[in-house]
Amino acid sequence: MTPVQPGAADLAIASTLVVLNAGISAYLGLHMQGKMLWSAVRMVVQLLLVGLVLRCVFALASPAATLAVAFLMIAAAAREVAMRPSHSLRGWNGVWLSAISVGLSSIATVVLALLTVLHPTPWYQPQYAVPLIGIVLGNVLNSASIGLDTFYGGAVNARTAIEAQLVLGATRNEALKPLIRDSVRKGLIPIINQMSAAGIITLPGIMTGQILAGMDPMDAVRYQILLMFLLAGGSGISVTLAVYLAARSITDERHRLRLERLSKRA
Amino acid sequence: MARLQVRNLQSPLAGPYSFDLDAGHCLTISGPSGAGKSLLLRMLCDLDPNSGDALLDGTARADMHAPAWRAKVVYQPAEPAWWLPTAGEHFKPGQMPRVQALLPQLNLSPSLLSTEVGRLSTGERQRMALIRSLACAPRVLLLDEPTAALDPESVAATERLLQKELAAGLSIILVTHSEAQANTLGQRRMLMRDRKLEEVST
Repeated sequence: MTPVQPGAADLAIASTLVVLNAGISAYLGLHMQGKMLWSAVRMVVQLLLVGLVLRCVFALASPAATLAVAFLMIAAAAREVAMRPSHSLRGWNGVWLSAISVGLSSIATVVLALLTVLHPTPWYQPQYAVPLIGIVLGNVLNSASIGLDTFYGGAVNARTAIEAQLVLGATRNEALKPLIRDSVRKGLIPIINQMSAAGIITLPGIMTGQILAGMDPMDAVRYQILLMFLLAGGSGISVTLAVYLAARSITDERHRLRLERLSKRA
Repeated sequence: MARLQVRNLQSPLAGPYSFDLDAGHCLTISGPSGAGKSLLLRMLCDLDPNSGDALLDGTARADMHAPAWRAKVVYQPAEPAWWLPTAGEHFKPGQMPRVQALLPQLNLSPSLLSTEVGRLSTGERQRMALIRSLACAPRVLLLDEPTAALDPESVAATERLLQKELAAGLSIILVTHSEAQANTLGQRRMLMRDRKLEEVST
């Protein structure tokens, strides 16, 4: 079967739904119509640009081009993780923290998938590497930013409780342990929900895309299962790394809580 | 040798402070709110970044693991926080005999240990916090207005307990607004004004 390709006119028809959304917002006085339309326009432009870039990268099929794209995507995801939580570390520490947690977790899982499960030849074949790292990044960035948001917000709110433990001789790990556990758990919830809902409540995006593009459903399912495992691993690594690094960053070697290193986002 | 030796302790916010405190002695600090009393106590237990030296029985703070220092130089803030549902859960099993011995001395019933912290009165929480601090068996106790929320009877019980602990060798730095309390407990009195500490002659 040949996949049905939506044309420009079809997209234009679908876009009326966004306009409808904007209309609802205007009618209810939500003041979101501007944001709604602007983000829709952004989405279209960004995706078109990405399509063009990927077409070039696929045509080049060189390791340098694939790595460059992967690096750029990691950098963008790291920036998101540093920006999203309600608090952030002052200076470059926050950027390093998110780059390390997002970069290590996504590279580790994608390399594992490429070298042991999918092994495309050559390994850098961008049709595999780029979409893989994209979907892994989307998930690890979600987990890491939820974990950091919980951790920083919790540390600020529970400051007196944390210091109450420190003044009685607790180490920073002891005093922060409940908050660290809570933050990692919150970061893992989305992927757990995603796994348990997959197929019953939602058809995962990649699988839907592959089925729409004409792939046999069982093949699409196998891909999706592999992806879910990768995402679960990546999310766990990234949120754990991010929260532990954050715990180091807001304390010092004398086991003091150093909340002045955090700034609240306006 | 003094129990606690403080040399040029300072932070960008306060100091420098230098003084000695002997074993079994109580130093009281009074002064207006915001004068820097709590800042000094936080520096002494190394909870805020600071420079200068502090020595406990001759051992420099820098040579000690920070949590070990804080377990020996325990700071009790004016509004002690609780991080678990009941007061009893804040104690280690090894501390329980000491806790059981201290409770009646502060007119507290042992049943309060299993009551939710939020259901204790302010005064009960404050006395329970003192027990929590003493249960660590500190060498120096840094108390920030430990009787502020207490009725006269509980104040008297607290002062009796502190006198007993002093006699047993504990050293105390006590921030208090009460002249009477400073006279009852303190061998030495100091006044904090505009982040400066001065000796009050008695």
